[in-house]
Amino acid sequence: MSNKLLNRILTGCAVMCALLLSSLAWAGNTTPEAQLQKWSAEAGQAGQADRGQAFFTQKHGYEWSCASCHGNPPTEQGRHANTGKTIKPLAPAINSGAMTDQAKVDKWFRRNCNDVLKRECTPAEKADMLAWLIQLKR
Amino acid sequence: MKQTLCRLACLGFLLLPMSVFAGGGKHGGGKFKIVQAPESYVQECASCHVGYQPGLLPARSWQNIMSGLEQHYGEDASLEPELVQILGAWLRDNAAMSMGRGMGKDKSRRFSEAPPEDRITKAAWFSRKHRKIDKPVWRMESVKSAANCEACHTNAGEGYFNEKDLTIPEGLSWAQKRAFWH
Repeated sequence: MSNKLLNRILTGCAVMCALLLSSLAWAGNTTPEAQLQKWSAEAGQAGQADRGQAFFTQKHGYEWSCASCHGNPPTEQGRHANTGKTIKPLAPAINSGAMTDQAKVDKWFRRNCNDVLKRECTPAEKADMLAWLIQLKR
Repeated sequence: MKQTLCRLACLGFLLLPMSVFAGGGKHGGGKFKIVQAPESYVQECASCHVGYQPGLLPARSWQNIMSGLEQHYGEDASLEPELVQILGAWLRDNAAMSMGRGMGKDKSRRFSEAPPEDRITKAAWFSRKHRKIDKPVWRMESVKSAANCEACHTNAGEGYFNEKDLTIPEGLSWAQKRAFWH
């Protein structure tokens, strides 16, 4: 095989690999603002930051609040209450990746609301939380 | 030709994260096979706890764990069914083996017995290796729980538990620190 042909094949492979990897790394299909709008629309009322703060920091009849792992306010790294594993800051102003992937948002709301409240969070609760998180600054 | 070599190197570099590194992970004198975790394992499992190497538990334990993710040691760790299947298969394929395939019978046997509640921290070898650790140390703010390997074994996430990688967490008394020297 000629060198030229080999070069072409290798370049093609490298480009394809790069594309594949970059597509794996890409995860942003939503934004914090879009999430606020989405949950506000579903709730039929605008999210309110002060309600979101209260919801986030209070316990709901069980062992944990959201802040137990995410910290209060979640502008710094959190720590898992059981395992001690560090958790990236939840505030989008500090962690630009927060609330940018719909599947992740849904998954973590499902899991974590179940841990904190033993039920799903309502759209109104999610909208309030988003309103508060978006307000948080460094 | 130089260009060709350069491209080959680039290609190798790009493919590197996808490859599986099979090496010998030492854990307290026992050995298990270190495997590189797929991205989904890092994302779904290692976001809440150390990405435990599959070789630390037998397939039976992993099966139990993966079939009860809705109540995962007191937490909801539920996943999409497809992911449960993919990760379950990867864990099972790389689990500790009871027979001498791979790392050798004697070296991997300690990991091949299913511990109570399928908790690594309740395995007999775990208790033996940590017998000198003062009980209150496990509950310290800098440690949180025995499941938090990284509090002392800084490279546990990559599967390394060598004694040279040990770090003494903050807040231990002189007497409690002695366990790390012996």
